[in-house]
Amino acid sequence: MQAEAAVSPSVRRSVSRPIAGLAVAAVVLIGLFMVINAAGLWGYVLPRRAVRAGAMALSGIVIGISTVIFQSITANRILTPGIMGLDRLYVLIQSALIYTLGSSHPWVSNLRTNFLLCTGAMAVFAVALHRLFFDGKRANIYVMLLIGVVAGTLFDSLASFLVVLIDPNEFLIIQSRMFASFNRITVGLLWPAALMTIAVLAWAAPTLRYLDVLALGRDHAVSLGVDYQGAVRRLLIAVFLLIAVSTALVGPITFLGLIVANLAYELLDTYRRGPLMVGAGLGGIIALVGGQLLLEHVFVFSVPLPVLINFAGGALFMYLLLKERAAW
Amino acid sequence: MVEAHAIVKRYGPRTVLNQVSVTVEPGQLTSFIGPNGAGKSTLLSIMTRLVPADAGEVRLDGRPLARYDSRELARRISVLRQFNHVPLRLTVRELVSFGRFPYSHGRLTKADEEAVDRALAAMELGDIQHKLLDQLSGGQRQRAFIAMVVAQETDYVFLDEPLNNVDMKHAVQVMKLLRRLVEEEGRSVVVVMHDVNLAAYYSDRVVALKEGCVAFDGPAQDMMEPAILKNVFGIDVAVGEIHSCRVCVYFAEAEQLAANGHVAQGAIAPRLK
Repeated sequence: MQAEAAVSPSVRRSVSRPIAGLAVAAVVLIGLFMVINAAGLWGYVLPRRAVRAGAMALSGIVIGISTVIFQSITANRILTPGIMGLDRLYVLIQSALIYTLGSSHPWVSNLRTNFLLCTGAMAVFAVALHRLFFDGKRANIYVMLLIGVVAGTLFDSLASFLVVLIDPNEFLIIQSRMFASFNRITVGLLWPAALMTIAVLAWAAPTLRYLDVLALGRDHAVSLGVDYQGAVRRLLIAVFLLIAVSTALVGPITFLGLIVANLAYELLDTYRRGPLMVGAGLGGIIALVGGQLLLEHVFVFSVPLPVLINFAGGALFMYLLLKERAAW
Repeated sequence: MVEAHAIVKRYGPRTVLNQVSVTVEPGQLTSFIGPNGAGKSTLLSIMTRLVPADAGEVRLDGRPLARYDSRELARRISVLRQFNHVPLRLTVRELVSFGRFPYSHGRLTKADEEAVDRALAAMELGDIQHKLLDQLSGGQRQRAFIAMVVAQETDYVFLDEPLNNVDMKHAVQVMKLLRRLVEEEGRSVVVVMHDVNLAAYYSDRVVALKEGCVAFDGPAQDMMEPAILKNVFGIDVAVGEIHSCRVCVYFAEAEQLAANGHVAQGAIAPRLK
């Protein structure tokens, strides 16, 4: 067509520059975290900080990626995988273990055993929920989400109940695990978590290229030849497993996903889920490492990290709701 | 050839389709017409595997749809449903490029880009191809979605009310494009529509549904009889001829039609042909 001459220029801005900016910011923050106030004790400081930086990078990436996947499947940019109640289940498991076995039992005090136990229980719950409410003829993702919300509230109430019954000294242990923290990560936890994350991502990777089409909605995806049911099933299970690993590693922090996913949507002028996942993953690293730096050097551990993150996330959430409302 | 054989679909106690059998011949433009709730959209969705049937079978060239690989099927049958809302910020060209997914899986080749260009040109979207969908008027957006299905280059194209939100000029443009797909490219097009006059003029064949059953199935011009239209839609209709097009008037009272000397209520206008 001769219409080419009259074509308005593409409205899209480049995505590689903001991604490069995010990557630089992430690297600088990690570098800063590693060296700040080291007082020359490199042999002592670096390995310990590297483990925590690794844990922050791992959970930042996992939360960013899984939120973008989850929001693409549910076609909703104000949901996070946290809606499924996995983080509440985590608190319930910890409370139940400490209440029934006591805090000195190896299932509680051995962090690695505790980690594997929590991951396993959350994975079983997620897959069972999925099997019960998403498989079968009348698969409806919103019914499954609703059941997840209700189950999460139930877990919350049960955990509160156990906390009331528990010995006050034991309660302190639970309380320390109710908030996400990077201060108790060890190499022994980081490796299994990293390996599980890589395994889940590798399992989901072939399906990730359908994500752009899945985000168009079921009808378009089916018309374009995607096995919608199968692809959504695999990606949802992957998201649940990723969140289970991340929560068991550092504690409940999925609200972070809302911030970093929306940050990626605003910064990157694209609909393509590949760059968006990269951007959200980098954003996750920046938020966690930046938050941890603020926590250690500005607030001097006077507030837990999730309080900082939830405050920023809550403000952003309100802003998004009001903005969406204005757009109607 | 796409055949729907004895299709039954129920939603709760309501039977939406009751033993419907319809054959879509290759190289034809077929319209599904009928009152609201007659089952047109459901039939279209079942024939394009978007919705499973409770009983019956859909076959493409004699083979049941269920026995096709979904990617292979996406190169044979494409479908566009009504109420298209996409929760992404897409430009027109990006949307149309999705039509090439069954071929390229997201990495467009030169041939894919050319197919996108052809589809954009056919729907006269070339000069707004880089606009975002939410900046477009309803009619432009509708044409962008149709262009996506056109870019998919399938033998069979199913469209559910593509004339929704489209003004007279663009409705005619859409129908002409669909005719061109049939005549020049030998594709088969199935359209659910409400405008009986456009359906009669542009279709080769019309299937009228009423309460989940086929009420008429035949050449488009044969449908334009007051008795048939009254049976399908349940209102009095006058049929006349303007510039050798058969058109029907369905929006005046029966007495008015009679008083003005038009034919109504089962009478058949003389055909000039």
